[in-house]
Amino acid sequence: MKLTLKVWRQKNNADKGGFVSYPLDGISTDMSFLEMLDVLNEELTEKGEDPVHFDHDCREGICGMCSLYINGKPHGPQQTTTCQLHMRSFKDGDTITIEPWRAAAFPVVKDLVVDRASFDRIIQAGGYVSVNTGGVPDANEIPIPKTIADEAFDAATCIGCGACVAACKNASAMLFTSAKISQLAMLPQGQVERKERAEKMIAQMDAEGFGACTNTGACSAECPKGISLTNIARMNREYFSAVLSSENV
Amino acid sequence: MSWVTKTLSSTLGRKLIMALTGLFLILFLTGHVSGNLLLFKGDGGQAFNIYAKFMTTNPAVKILSYLTYISVIGHVIYAILLGRKNKSARPIGYAESGASTNSTMASRNMGILGTIILIFLVVHLQSFWYQMHWGDLPFVTYDGEEYKDLFSIVTFAFQNELMVAGYVIAMIFLGFHLSHGFASAFQTLGLNHKKYTPAIATLGKLYAVIVPILFALMPLYIYFTS
Amino acid sequence: MILDSKLPAGPLAEKWTKHKFTSKLVNPANKRKYTVIVVGTGLAGASAAASLAELGYNVKAFCFQDSPRRAHSIAAQGGINAAKNYQNDGDSVYRLFYDTIKGGDYRAREANVYRLAEVSVNIIDQCVAQGVPFAREYGGLLANRSFGGAQVSRTFYARGQTGQQLLLGAYSALSRQVANGKVKLFPRTEMMDVVTVDGHARGIVTRNLITGAIETHAAHAVLLCTGGYGNVFFLSTNAMGSNVTAAWRAHKKGAHFANPCYTQIHPTCIPVSGDHQSKLTLMSESLRNDGRVWVPKTVEIAEKLRKGEIRPRDIQEEDRDYYLERKYPSFGNLVPRDVASRNAKYVCDEGRGVNETGEAVFLDFRDAINRDSEDTIRARYGNLFDMYQQITGENPYQTPMKIYPAVHYTMGGLWVDYNLMTSVPGLYALGEANFSDHGANRLGASALMQGLADGYFVIPYTLGDYLAGLGTKPVDTNHPEFEKSVQEVKAKISKLLGIKGTKSVDYFHKKLGKIMWNDCGMARTAEGLTRAKGEIKALRAEFWKDVKVLGENEELNQSLEKAHRVADFLELGELMVDDALNRNESCGGHFREEYQTPEGEALRDDENFAYVAAWKYQGDEQEELLEKEPLVFENVKLTQRSYK
Repeated sequence: MKLTLKVWRQKNNADKGGFVSYPLDGISTDMSFLEMLDVLNEELTEKGEDPVHFDHDCREGICGMCSLYINGKPHGPQQTTTCQLHMRSFKDGDTITIEPWRAAAFPVVKDLVVDRASFDRIIQAGGYVSVNTGGVPDANEIPIPKTIADEAFDAATCIGCGACVAACKNASAMLFTSAKISQLAMLPQGQVERKERAEKMIAQMDAEGFGACTNTGACSAECPKGISLTNIARMNREYFSAVLSSENV
Repeated sequence: MSWVTKTLSSTLGRKLIMALTGLFLILFLTGHVSGNLLLFKGDGGQAFNIYAKFMTTNPAVKILSYLTYISVIGHVIYAILLGRKNKSARPIGYAESGASTNSTMASRNMGILGTIILIFLVVHLQSFWYQMHWGDLPFVTYDGEEYKDLFSIVTFAFQNELMVAGYVIAMIFLGFHLSHGFASAFQTLGLNHKKYTPAIATLGKLYAVIVPILFALMPLYIYFTS
Repeated sequence: MILDSKLPAGPLAEKWTKHKFTSKLVNPANKRKYTVIVVGTGLAGASAAASLAELGYNVKAFCFQDSPRRAHSIAAQGGINAAKNYQNDGDSVYRLFYDTIKGGDYRAREANVYRLAEVSVNIIDQCVAQGVPFAREYGGLLANRSFGGAQVSRTFYARGQTGQQLLLGAYSALSRQVANGKVKLFPRTEMMDVVTVDGHARGIVTRNLITGAIETHAAHAVLLCTGGYGNVFFLSTNAMGSNVTAAWRAHKKGAHFANPCYTQIHPTCIPVSGDHQSKLTLMSESLRNDGRVWVPKTVEIAEKLRKGEIRPRDIQEEDRDYYLERKYPSFGNLVPRDVASRNAKYVCDEGRGVNETGEAVFLDFRDAINRDSEDTIRARYGNLFDMYQQITGENPYQTPMKIYPAVHYTMGGLWVDYNLMTSVPGLYALGEANFSDHGANRLGASALMQGLADGYFVIPYTLGDYLAGLGTKPVDTNHPEFEKSVQEVKAKISKLLGIKGTKSVDYFHKKLGKIMWNDCGMARTAEGLTRAKGEIKALRAEFWKDVKVLGENEELNQSLEKAHRVADFLELGELMVDDALNRNESCGGHFREEYQTPEGEALRDDENFAYVAAWKYQGDEQEELLEKEPLVFENVKLTQRSYK
């Protein structure tokens, strides 16, 4: 395949950045999208030009590190992670536009690499059950109905890639935040800190500068793990009932 | 900040206000459209004028109308606040957008739709509501009681093609706004359930079609019948 | 020097309990006076950092990824073993111990493995308490499955994403300590060197991957939880960033490297499709519970298949060779990983491989679908099937999957004693980074178990013993050793950037990978290994003359990051070859063709090789010194593994 890549290049956070076009030839349909970029980078290195920087690690769709906005969609045309996107999804002669995630809370580090530490801080605000190592009851002392465990699992599959933020017209992190709040709100282990968790995580989400939710559903439609909008509704419930009934004045 | 102001200034709190005011305005629209159906009665406007007097004088309705004013203002102010927050959440936009594949046009443009509806609302209030309250209206007498003849103002206004066209177009925008807003309000309130959400979605779509069509039929009916 | 494994005396089942009692304790008020560095935030690192912070130590946690949650533990699919015996099927701590020792081909320490089995039960309790959503039965209790050749159901799982869920559990515990201020997090920071003062580990030198700043961090102890070195093969199931750099630089500072040649080749990976391939994707071993492995009976049929003249479904039952079921009637498709892998290689070497490259065998679900329905299979493996289809473009419900072995895990690693301390006092290695528990071959669902055992339940006890003997004197980075190390790191960076050669880092990495795979992979010979040693030396020399690393240090520079890692792989590769050459026997993941039974099974030499081969660094371009830690088996009888 022959392709033209229109890639966002930005030297560092202070740099203004802009698009650069690269023609690319000899791409096989069996390549993954990132392998196609590897080919580009080998060519650039050969020519003595700085390779395109992009985040990636596991390349099997689970670590959540890859983060490219391809032809107007996070992770490209398929509902999957960029590393699992293969070139058979494109046609010979295509022009492919590659941009970084765009959000105030995800500042660009270089080229297509962004800083998603804001997600870590949201989890640090309360995305856990406060149990120390040791001194916990036997695992089977906490029976959980299978249906609830399954639903909690669906929420727990979030890989924290940030496609929801990238897809949302408001750069909102509601789907990410709600997935964790939901998982722990459904499980018995999460009950003790349930109210505090909702209040704190949402306060942190707001403080990071993410936008609000307009319920467009773009986040869930683009989520590589298919996290459901139900979680956002549940988060809203959790939050409203928490602020009304918690002891925090 | 107290917990109340803190909550109402959070994104979720602001969305809560959008949802509650939006739902109240939906209730208002329901009342408004049902009352205005009297325009189709063909009695020279008698029933409509009696209804109009009732709506401007009944104390219970007064309370409701103040709630409506507050809802409109709240809905607009919070839309602006949220819009600004959302804008600042993405200072640099994308060069390419594939949003049409992951969301509906209406859901992405609630602000624009709302702004157009707001402009319409100003014109609409000026034309009828202001006239009814403070305008120099002719009077009619039914059964010995005097009524402001709002009906004559309405029929006069809708002789104008531009006015009719403007109303019909505004109702299309309203339809799109409702097509997302109705179900969205329930989602924001956290009312999402496997059993009921599909019904709410269907009801929302029906509402977004039926109510604006009924409203749009009113100027058309008057234009073509008088 | 005789390596002292510090194994406690006494009966096997009492060793750990006794050891915990005899270990010194750090007074709670004193714990806050100690700083501990944890490098790596996978299962071992995150669990250790969180647990130590909970105890009151000040922890600094480092990872090269943008977030601790992305460590490669996240990719483990199958599950985690624990001797809970919830299924009432005869499991016990002793059985898990026995299976692990035997599965490791008797090349691990009895005491370590027993401890692992013992604490396995606590891990599950801990994870459930954190909210990890393990699979459950309708009654609400935890579900188990049999996995990787075990004859009891002791594997706990979370669909095909157990590693992810366990890591998120550990990450959440870590996040909580970050919020509490007990852990300071350093993401996108790579360890460049260990600093030793008077022979004790006293800190590390790091490179900030965004700014290029070379920074120093002092601590009372340093924990390396940096995973395995499978990426020395270039193509492996490891993440692209997985590397040996931290462990290797510790090795150069005096930590022995043990059993580097023990490499696990996983039998069920998606085959290589071309030269562009950057990594291999594992399909969970659990697939072998329902899938049947086969190749055509004859080379002729295989050739037709490769040319696309016939489709797999066209091949009649009598023309199929279900070679695992044929050769191992009692274990069938569930033989251990090394056996399954090697047999795949044999049938492909015979010319019976089923894809274009001739390096693939079928994993067929036809019979399982006919027996249990497609929906049942989808419920069990849906996400794996989807992943397979995404990558290959083929629908595994309709046509058999193609699989081939790939490098997956490295049992070797930094030598550690019973306390997980390396041969450098104060320097510890946890999880895959150490060599300790899996012997020559790791059983399925045991990697997660070991990582979490080390982090949650071993290091919190054993670290205290060291620190208590150290005194509470504060440490700082003013010592000249820090400055010396910084200068060395900077010099290395300048050197890499200054070569300005003609070939990219990946060029060298791919070449090294090929050498390793061909001659130090699934089957090894003295001849091949000797050849490989020469080739690696030559490649390393070429690297330092002709590598092209663009850009500068003071920026995000992924080529420079890679160059560091590949430079270390080029040294490690040679040591792996040395180790494989030295070990004149076959055991587990190390198969020397010269040493096999008449049936082609691994032939151990317990008389001469029942030892841990610990290698000591002697200086650049010097042969390393082999030191042996004898393995003593007091409880199990060494037998030839048989899965017939």
